[in-house]
Amino acid sequence: MAVVTSYMCLAVPTRVVAVNGNLATVNVQGVHTQARLDALGEPVAIGDYLLVHAGFAIRRLDPEDARETLRLFDEIFALQAEDG
Amino acid sequence: MPHTGFEMSPDPFRLRDPLRARAFADLLARWTPPRPVRIVHVCGTHEITIAQHGLRELLPDGVEVLEGPGCPVCVTSTRDLDRAVKLAESGAIVCTFGDMTRVPGTRRTLAEARAEGADVRVVLSAADAVAIARKHPDRPVVFFAVGFETTAPGTAAVLLDSPPANFSVLCTHKLIPPALSALMSTPPVHIDAFLAPGHVSTVIGARAYAEVAERFHVPIVVGGFEPLDVLYALWLALRELREGRAEVENAYPRAVTADGNRRAQELLARAFEPCDAVWRGIGTIPASGLRIREDLARWDAERRFAIEGEPGEERPPGCRCPDVLMARAVPADCPLFRTACTPLSPVGPCMVGTEGACHVWYRYGGRPKL
Repeated sequence: MAVVTSYMCLAVPTRVVAVNGNLATVNVQGVHTQARLDALGEPVAIGDYLLVHAGFAIRRLDPEDARETLRLFDEIFALQAEDG
Repeated sequence: MPHTGFEMSPDPFRLRDPLRARAFADLLARWTPPRPVRIVHVCGTHEITIAQHGLRELLPDGVEVLEGPGCPVCVTSTRDLDRAVKLAESGAIVCTFGDMTRVPGTRRTLAEARAEGADVRVVLSAADAVAIARKHPDRPVVFFAVGFETTAPGTAAVLLDSPPANFSVLCTHKLIPPALSALMSTPPVHIDAFLAPGHVSTVIGARAYAEVAERFHVPIVVGGFEPLDVLYALWLALRELREGRAEVENAYPRAVTADGNRRAQELLARAFEPCDAVWRGIGTIPASGLRIREDLARWDAERRFAIEGEPGEERPPGCRCPDVLMARAVPADCPLFRTACTPLSPVGPCMVGTEGACHVWYRYGGRPKL
């Protein structure tokens, strides 16, 4: 379990449980908190993952992109093994 | 997709399985440059990932990773702290992030001022400080704003959202790319590559480092905060060094684009303009700070209240925070670390901030010998 280490910087994504205009309620490791959407510049829906810093969302995250990163890692390992 | 033998975590954003970490450790060993190299990151959250997961143990001999000025609490100047303390002592409600209340200024911390009757409140967001101002319309409420490009958009958003007349901001936001330039141009320089902070880069975009990479011929790799993200970014840095390249690479594409978050950048540009800023332990770095723009001056605490800092800067004898912040020393190099200086009674700012290198090394150990 990751630890929420700082008031300012959360390295872990939060999940949107409700949206009310410029304000989203997000779940961060079981705790509900508010995130303003002013600095995001894209629409948000329930279930979306958000990066939130000091109460403001700065990016929507797609789980598929994380899976894509793992696939990239595995390709690198395979390629490097061939070169080795 | 062929079966790779690697597991998929049920949480899609947890990139930390030991098998892939080992595979990266093997790659790092194979790509180790012939001479020792130092890779510097500037993000407390990177240090937490590295220390918490013991990643230094996976690094080959000759590859060192250090935290530079990566903790906004640690680099806030004593002058700015003293001004916040004076505002609190003069009767204003001063709101700031938790760690800031415990950082020593010249005379005292904000927490000590509070113990003697000042009204100092911990907030989680600039928006919380505005809410406090609305609740106390008869009192001046000052938001002591610290942080890099990740937190500054929130301060900008509340400044642009017509806050109440009794609200103002003591603005000490700072910018990362000028800090990288300062580290590269202040001799002696022993930095071979940078691991750039993921979420600062979410806002400013990977391209924002291109000028620094080119000017100083230094590889800069944007990295995320899961253990595999960090190992991948370090491998890209080693590969650049081996191939003699000095480019910006993005190892965190799920959160960072080349151009960054345009909306957040627009908020920053509308609320702030660059200014010279003093970084604790480092000194003045040109155009490395954000100042509130003239048309928002009525919410600028610096313009509204005549507040001076204390003369001189406190430099506790023996404290090596300046060297730690310049990435010239690790916490264990400091004679006070774990002896005179601990999280419960910190001597220097790097032990106060939960993202400070000394605080992180105290909690997790920095350079494990497993």
